[in-house]
Amino acid sequence: MSGPSASGAAGSASLSATTLRALEAVLPPVVALCIAAVIGDLLILSFGESPAAVYALLIKGTWGNPYGIGQVLYKTTTLTCTGLAFALAGRAGLFNVGAEGQLAAGGFGAALLGLALPSGLPGLLAVPLCVMAAMLTGAGVGAVPGVLRARFGASEVIVTIMLNFIVLALLNWVVSTHLHLPETLRTPDIHAGTLPRLADWFAVFSGSAANAVLLLALAAAAASWWLLFRTRSGYELRAVGLQPDAAEYGGVHVPRVMWTSMALSGALAGLGGVNFVLGYKGYYEDGFAGGAGFLGIAVALVGRNHPFGIVLSALLFATLSQGGLAVNAIVPKQLTDILTAVVILSVATAVPEVQRQLRAAAASTMAALTRAQQTSGGRAS
Amino acid sequence: MNAVLSTDAPAGPLAIDIESVVKTFGGVVANRDASLQVPHGEIHALVGENGAGKSTLMRVLAGMYAPDAGRVRVNGQDVTGWKTTEAIAAGVGMVHQHFMLVPTLTVAENVVLGIEPRAGWQVDLPRAVREVEALCRKCGLHVDPEALVADLSVGEAQRVEILKALYRGARVLILDEPTAVLSPPEVQELWTVLRALRDDGGTVVLITHKLDEVIAVSDTITVMRAGATVSRFATAGTTPRDIARAMVGRDVNLHLDALGAVDAAALSTTSAAPTAGAPRRDARLVVHNLHLRSDRGTPAVSDLSFEVAGGEILGVAGVEGNGQTELLEAIAGLRPLQQGRIELDARLLSGLSVRQRADAGLSHIPEDRHRRGLVLDYSIADNLILGQQHRFTTRAGLDQAHIQRHAAEQVARFDIRPPLPALPARALSGGNQQKIVIAREMGRDFGVLLAAQPTRGVDVGAIEFIHAQLRAARDAGKAILLISADLSEVLALADRVAVMYRGRFVTVLPRQACSAELLGPYMTGAAA
Repeated sequence: MSGPSASGAAGSASLSATTLRALEAVLPPVVALCIAAVIGDLLILSFGESPAAVYALLIKGTWGNPYGIGQVLYKTTTLTCTGLAFALAGRAGLFNVGAEGQLAAGGFGAALLGLALPSGLPGLLAVPLCVMAAMLTGAGVGAVPGVLRARFGASEVIVTIMLNFIVLALLNWVVSTHLHLPETLRTPDIHAGTLPRLADWFAVFSGSAANAVLLLALAAAAASWWLLFRTRSGYELRAVGLQPDAAEYGGVHVPRVMWTSMALSGALAGLGGVNFVLGYKGYYEDGFAGGAGFLGIAVALVGRNHPFGIVLSALLFATLSQGGLAVNAIVPKQLTDILTAVVILSVATAVPEVQRQLRAAAASTMAALTRAQQTSGGRAS
Repeated sequence: MNAVLSTDAPAGPLAIDIESVVKTFGGVVANRDASLQVPHGEIHALVGENGAGKSTLMRVLAGMYAPDAGRVRVNGQDVTGWKTTEAIAAGVGMVHQHFMLVPTLTVAENVVLGIEPRAGWQVDLPRAVREVEALCRKCGLHVDPEALVADLSVGEAQRVEILKALYRGARVLILDEPTAVLSPPEVQELWTVLRALRDDGGTVVLITHKLDEVIAVSDTITVMRAGATVSRFATAGTTPRDIARAMVGRDVNLHLDALGAVDAAALSTTSAAPTAGAPRRDARLVVHNLHLRSDRGTPAVSDLSFEVAGGEILGVAGVEGNGQTELLEAIAGLRPLQQGRIELDARLLSGLSVRQRADAGLSHIPEDRHRRGLVLDYSIADNLILGQQHRFTTRAGLDQAHIQRHAAEQVARFDIRPPLPALPARALSGGNQQKIVIAREMGRDFGVLLAAQPTRGVDVGAIEFIHAQLRAARDAGKAILLISADLSEVLALADRVAVMYRGRFVTVLPRQACSAELLGPYMTGAAA
């Protein structure tokens, strides 16, 4: 309309809008982590230790040697799965607190099928079957609160919390009465469907628990990203999460999206169970989830419910968790638990604040742009 | 322009004297150089387009915001940056667009809330009722002090808001868009109350963008544009055209706008022409014997039947909450029918999903764009495919190239500003947000359009544009069901006008036979 000046302004603004969006995604957690680091320093100082020494030890015990790296990657795998599980439901506006139970159920499903399959079955067939069994079991557990929410409006928060107890107790009962080896709470070894460890490919990782499920978790992250941001289902799922009334108006079957996203969320958590059962131990053991399902909520929170953010955030939490063992020599191991809590708290408090600041900056850019356009439009007409 | 701003202030301090106020929100300038001078005993209209900064300026006056720069004086005292409690104590009261009442309490309880008369430890309710009753009588505000607020009509609830301000001793009353939700008789009653206040020496500031109201009730007018005061003149001798020009900064095609019952002769000729020229076409939307329930399970629409022909706009007037929302939702497939039949181009709609109805040729501009019409955090491009997402899909997922191409086309065609499809809809002004909805629903092929409050909260320039789009669609043979709480909009656009009251059409008249005076009684049920 008014030629180069307007189009130039529009071009630079679209660029700054993209930059601002990227900043909005990345900056808040980074600021929060810096805050957490400072609080961590104060804590360490209160133990009479030097923060530099503790952090050096933490890094050395995690990223400083192949075994440490392997352990971190192993923990990253489970946390990625449970983080993705929370995020997928979260994008649909649902708060899935049930990843703990879904994770355990997934591991159990994989083990059950692995035990039932003939041990001679080739891995190429057995592995996909067992992985699918894990995801389906997780999906089943996830679908229950999803259907109850979609059909009767029951709060998925309450139902998933309660279902955790039911599922964990049920699994404990089944394993301890029917499937356990004497004097243990674990099943016999699975022969079909186990996955190679990282050490089988790279000898340096020997002894560490990291295994091929890491690749499955990364693939799940990529698939989740594609589903959420590149497909019609993802478009509709996110619309339900943001504005259910607008989604309904846009022809989306909201109850169906609710229960399917809860089922999918459960399937992702269930995949995490494969990490322990088929990747690491080769059997199911009661209590293996060990809080990784709950920690997934924090992972998703810090990862801003974005699949790639979740992979990074899972790495961080896995490092802190493994690092706790490393620093145990000079400070209590609980230090890293506290650090984890501080990270979660600072993200929860700093993120909205940082976001607000960024929004304000974006708004002022917008206002300036609109003014520029109005004046250029005015000249043209 | 600023020459008009000469302060012809009378002797003695002004009731309100705001000078060069600046107020920004994180870089967004809401007020820059905003001024307002109001003497005692005056009804002062503060007009301007959406986003001109009227509400912000009044919130500065009422103590809700502290200005970044500038000075605020009330009765000659410098009160810049005061707090709401101080404003109330000084007799400045504000009635907001959205009511702030407790629905489960009675009128009297709401009025005295926070400054209850006490008898020992207890609230002296009988005294509260007596005092509120006395206040009602004194001001001519009719409302039962012992009625529950939940049972009141919108007009009555607004009276309670005014009572609240007066009970606290307000001598300066600020009303933010008070007539948006009122029927014409309720509006007249409000004017009576405001005039009585003025004659009693009180001061009223009325924020509005309905120009007929400005002319009807105000003594002086201040116009704001883009955060600044641009002119101030006496109402006597001013025409709506003058005010509109000052608001927008250019001439506006006034008789086509929802600017009030302005020029009746011009109005009826423009809307009569197309119907006279075009032959009457077949009914494209048929509603027969429709019964609907509200969310609370009460009957919302009963035994409603009507048809909309191609090339026709059927305007439904009426006070909100008389079944309009339910009717729209039922046609759109968002609400189950209790009984009845809906047909689009002779095709039965019952049993079809929202998506199937859209594919059958139904377009829908929903009444609440923030709740239904847009996903505010989605980009302009993504919002432009809402409801059509199945048409933008390939086997590999959403067809991003197609979505971007489509967005670029629609943004240009419907002049959505700024023209950046990647921006979230939330970042746009109300008028441009509505243009996204209009572009999506009217920028594709359709046979029947449901247009609910198509220009609510939209500025004058965008109203003109949206009305032109609706007329063009009508002239192209589409059937349009227009539902609007704004009677002047219905009168400006419709070929036939129906008045909806308590779930029924109490009258259906050709446009030529209608006037605001005639329809008013139907809207309140007085002539049903």
